[in-house]
Amino acid sequence: MIIAVASGKGGTGKTTVAVNLALSIAADQSVSPARPLFLDCDVEEPNAHLFLNPTIEHREEVGILIPEVDYSKCTFCGRCAEVCAYHAIAVVKQKVLVFPELCHGCGSCTLNCPEEAIHEVLNVTGVIEEGWAGGIRFAHGILNIGEPMAVPLIRQLKKRIGEAGLPPHPVVILDASPGTSCPVVETMRGADFVLLVTEPTPFGLHDLRLAVEVAREVGASSRIPLPVGVVINRDGVGDRGVEDYCAAEGIPILMRIPLDRRIAEAYSEGVTIVEALPEYQERFVELYRRIEELAR
Amino acid sequence: MNQLVILSGKGGTGKTTVAAALAHLASEEMPVVLADADVDAANLELVLSPQVQETHDFIGGKLAIINPNACTACGICAEVCRFEAPHPPQGGVGEVYTIDPLACEGCASCFYQCPVEAIRMEDQVAGRWFRSDTRFGPLFHAHLFAGQENSGKLVTMVKQQARLWALDSGADLLIVDGPPGIGCPVIAASAGADLALLVVEPTISGIHDLKRVLATTNHFGVPALVCINKADINLRRSAEVSAFCAAQGIALVGQVPYDTVVTAAMVQGLPVTAYGDGPMSQAIRDLWREVKERIGKGGERDARF
Repeated sequence: MIIAVASGKGGTGKTTVAVNLALSIAADQSVSPARPLFLDCDVEEPNAHLFLNPTIEHREEVGILIPEVDYSKCTFCGRCAEVCAYHAIAVVKQKVLVFPELCHGCGSCTLNCPEEAIHEVLNVTGVIEEGWAGGIRFAHGILNIGEPMAVPLIRQLKKRIGEAGLPPHPVVILDASPGTSCPVVETMRGADFVLLVTEPTPFGLHDLRLAVEVAREVGASSRIPLPVGVVINRDGVGDRGVEDYCAAEGIPILMRIPLDRRIAEAYSEGVTIVEALPEYQERFVELYRRIEELAR
Repeated sequence: MNQLVILSGKGGTGKTTVAAALAHLASEEMPVVLADADVDAANLELVLSPQVQETHDFIGGKLAIINPNACTACGICAEVCRFEAPHPPQGGVGEVYTIDPLACEGCASCFYQCPVEAIRMEDQVAGRWFRSDTRFGPLFHAHLFAGQENSGKLVTMVKQQARLWALDSGADLLIVDGPPGIGCPVIAASAGADLALLVVEPTISGIHDLKRVLATTNHFGVPALVCINKADINLRRSAEVSAFCAAQGIALVGQVPYDTVVTAAMVQGLPVTAYGDGPMSQAIRDLWREVKERIGKGGERDARF
């Protein structure tokens, strides 16, 4: 079971829900005897480690493959620049310029070079750190400062799902970045369920609609409808817009977390809800069970 | 003409709330132009009641299309694609490869390698951008279609249009409401900015993310100011932000309290400063005064901190 936690709008509580869900599943043997895998896919601003405090055992530099030109073979014909869709390679006089921050690592220049003068080298754009947080297998990606592209890092991170040699993780929780563009798509792809965390305000509703659309697009592109459910965080503020929208669209509201100063204070110090208010553990396990039913 | 970009790293710290309020306050003193650079989830329009004047399609990139009559299902497209965009036939009679439009990055690798030239590359309309009128000045904003790529390119488009308009109309200030994160849309939103205002909340994750967005603005040479939003939800963490700013030599230009009036104003579709004149609006007026003083001076290191 792969659950992607997303929202559209930032700051609605994605990480809070993802972390508390993971902790609650890990603590409840009746859910599953094996350990959940938690992947923080918000590689621009990863925060889950601040709440889970994992022990990092492994650190790996990752990136994309970019072209490197062998000048003993290059004839400066310009074919590489012609086929590059991103203007990431240019031929000027007796020189080939590569712009790593524009390169998507598609390999087309290498394949199209008539002299086989291009080979690929790793351009490091970030790191992946892995370890354990109690009973949770944890990994996150950290995009290097100044690097534009989050997607390749998310793609590498998600390879941890079903990787050989690790104990089986029947539950995988993916914490997505805010937004509705390619990093969120990359996170949702291959998931069995999308859990959307929103707040009952006009901004929350506006961005929830967009996130639902993304989940539908991802489902359509893989030809398997992707079920969605909503968690309303800070329940009690704002207006009824989110409720009315969910009712009209037939989207289940799976949990409500009230606007509670104790939760906000705990959050500000990196303390999870289940630590501050242990009675919530049962509610998160219940949330998981409802997801399980809906994802079937 | 000065360009002020509002960023935060972490989402939901109040960028748009601050941007809308500053738009309101600045417009009382000078001609301003506004740009919403969060094209994934554009929220500024929800509190500025824009009247759309112009709508334009945004061509994001290209998309590979396989001609089913020409495809021989040889599978070379899937071999060369690094983004798993070509889907193999499902086993039905006469089925061929198809392209998953969400996975395709428009690199055209398959187009060049297809031995029977069954693939063409088509421009993809990935969103729309708009010029609108608001009571505080023209607003340039955009909607990226769900799940599309190239939000950075659309951000650049919105900002360029806003900048040209500001220069042509003789505006004094361009306020850019930025996206969360530190990646491509943020880099695009910050390009050419004279000053960045970083809105932080006093939480462990807010501070963590502030450090990364500040490293990003430093990396691109954009001077930054910091403002704490919801400052009273954790006074100890607010003090930590202020100590951090002091150590970095960055001006802390405002401390805005937590107030449910933000949500009430949002429900009414108004900037918080146009909704009422409580402590929240006062704090943002103070913030605007501090920001205004530093606009055009490149946010020079503040001796007081």
